[in-house]
Amino acid sequence: MTISRRRLLATSGSLALTGALAAACGSNTGRDDGSSGGNGPTLQQWYHQYGEAGTEQAVRRYAAAYRKATVKIQWRPGNYDQQTAAALLSSSGPDVFEVNGPTLDQIQGGQVTDLTDLFDGVKNDFNQAVLAPKTHDGKIWGIPQTIDTQLLYYRKSLLKDANVQPPQTLDELVDAAKTLTDKKVKGLFLGNDGGAGVLGGTPLYAAGLSLVTEDGKTGFDDPAAARTLAKFHRLYADKSLLLGAPADWSDPSAFVQGLTAMQWCGLWALPAVKKALGDDFGVLPFPKDGAAGKPSVPVGAYSSAVSAHSKHRAEAKEFAQWLWIERTSYQEDFALSYGFHIPARISLAKKAAKLREGAAADAVRYATDSGWAQPLLWTPACQVAYQDALNRIIKDGANPETEVKAVVRKTNGELQRVQKKS
Amino acid sequence: MSSSGYRRSREGPVRHRTLWFWIFVGPFAAGLGLFTYVPLLWSLYLSFFDAHNTVSPTHFIGLGNYTSMLSDGAFTSSLWTFAVFSLFIVPATYVLSLALALMVNRLRFAQSFFRSVFFLPAACSYVVASMIWKLSIFNGVRFGLANTVLGWFGADQTAWLSTTHPPWYWLVIVTLRLWLQAGFYMVLFLAGLQRIAPQLYEAAAVDGARPGWQVFRHITFPQLRATSVAVVLLLVINAFQAFDEFYNLLSDSRGYPPYARPPLVYLYYTALGQGQNLGLGSAGAVILALIIAVVTIVQARWFGLGRTED
Repeated sequence: MTISRRRLLATSGSLALTGALAAACGSNTGRDDGSSGGNGPTLQQWYHQYGEAGTEQAVRRYAAAYRKATVKIQWRPGNYDQQTAAALLSSSGPDVFEVNGPTLDQIQGGQVTDLTDLFDGVKNDFNQAVLAPKTHDGKIWGIPQTIDTQLLYYRKSLLKDANVQPPQTLDELVDAAKTLTDKKVKGLFLGNDGGAGVLGGTPLYAAGLSLVTEDGKTGFDDPAAARTLAKFHRLYADKSLLLGAPADWSDPSAFVQGLTAMQWCGLWALPAVKKALGDDFGVLPFPKDGAAGKPSVPVGAYSSAVSAHSKHRAEAKEFAQWLWIERTSYQEDFALSYGFHIPARISLAKKAAKLREGAAADAVRYATDSGWAQPLLWTPACQVAYQDALNRIIKDGANPETEVKAVVRKTNGELQRVQKKS
Repeated sequence: MSSSGYRRSREGPVRHRTLWFWIFVGPFAAGLGLFTYVPLLWSLYLSFFDAHNTVSPTHFIGLGNYTSMLSDGAFTSSLWTFAVFSLFIVPATYVLSLALALMVNRLRFAQSFFRSVFFLPAACSYVVASMIWKLSIFNGVRFGLANTVLGWFGADQTAWLSTTHPPWYWLVIVTLRLWLQAGFYMVLFLAGLQRIAPQLYEAAAVDGARPGWQVFRHITFPQLRATSVAVVLLLVINAFQAFDEFYNLLSDSRGYPPYARPPLVYLYYTALGQGQNLGLGSAGAVILALIIAVVTIVQARWFGLGRTED
């Protein structure tokens, strides 16, 4: 039989149409998409791609257990923060999503929903340091999921061999790093940029200052800021810093491979460090500096937020409450069964078996006693200006007073801008 | 055939030709308009508004975003970074690829082999090459290739991407780009060299021109003018588009060091990062576009682009 061109086009066209319709109707692909079989509306929930095996399956399992709505999980690799920020401009984005924020601009731009009423009776059980940046004008805009924190890991045997005590002050840290440095091992690893990126406001809090004060003023317009930051150039000039490691600060490889005696890294690295070094390591907060100083530990939390453009805002809020406030077993499972994080609820963090002893218990104590979170009013523009200044101070030996003054000016302008909108 | 029948058969195909023109061209024209020109015009519109987290702003601020961007040290330093990079990489690649082409062109045997050897890196992705440069050759620890070789001579470890005095990071960026793109431009020059009539060289020899520099200066180089114009234009455009190697060599989860942040990267973070300042980002994009336009016009005039040959 001969097939004419017209018949061929018509046949292939109808086949393509059938396929497209089948796809659009959500034909059964045989894959478990983790969506629940609830009777209510369909909610889209977005997560960034975690590196920890099992996390994706876990959140799909949580979603499948929800009965009041069908929850579809989107596990999104790539620049998640940019993806969500763009999606929040329209109603085609997620209903519920995790966010490294929400940011002040997202709150002021009316992109996220007020979740204050979900915290009735449980607000005090959340770590207040991480709840503070989710709060604006007395309202709470995100539910903290798990707490991440950063610590100073040190190798006990290397310090003992060099007769160095675990540093309690910034000056001791600078001296220890120099003493511990030799041809093969560097004293300290703060990231391949010398710490400009990861440290953020940690040294300022260690000097008894802050990025933004509670009444919304610049918190480091003080000579102590320049004095403290100048000490990082000493670390660089002494060649005590490990630079150019194949894996950056967030990965404990440099520490466990013996490239450095001390490393600033996340709590998430603790199981890997323990597996590699056994008990030959300890953790410390960032050491204090100056008479008004105090140990400093940055804490942060991805939070669950609800899009203000969602067509099912009430249902999405109810789901977020169910998952991240009521289902405490899920929160503990999410924090500790795959990676290593601190549950955002204080009562859960206290009773979690994995956090009760050794370095993990120390980390929880530091996070509770010395934890600080990046203030909501600290905008990305402030962050870029501060990080660039710190970079120039560390690597170029730029004048710390001049650099800090420039950042103070930028911060004052930004604080004025964002508070004018409030 | 009647005359009216003839007219119908002539008009029919014309009508169909118009129809088919729009069927084939229409979707692409619509796509171009929708995804290129509308966003461009909308971006220009946004640049005059306070557009934080919105593409439908209401607060007109005139040239406020432009003045903010031009007084922003991070943006102006990124423009400077880019200018230095372009000023160096364009002539460096030009000279290297021309030298390679002259060398390969003179080979009497294995010319195809060497042409392929030099061209092959062009097939490698910038991301993969950046990873090799960053993790294997120029990492800052003792087992990096460069540090291992230098260690044989008693040199200390060098943190190639983190050292600003001297700025070793430029060595990493420039060698990477030269390795990746010199082969491609060498092929263009080879094509240009093979188009030069041998009679010109014969005539030059008869006139007593010495082989080597004199022949190159008076015969080869002028004859490569058209190829040179194309190569320089492509190099400048490529330099303006520099992103991949900067991103993969120098960024981390916290951003970029200020000394090697290309303007495109800064605009990307301003407009699409957590700041979501679409008005400010748009103003920066307009400023950058104007700079590129001016550079292109000056360069076109310099090279006499479009001028008829004498």
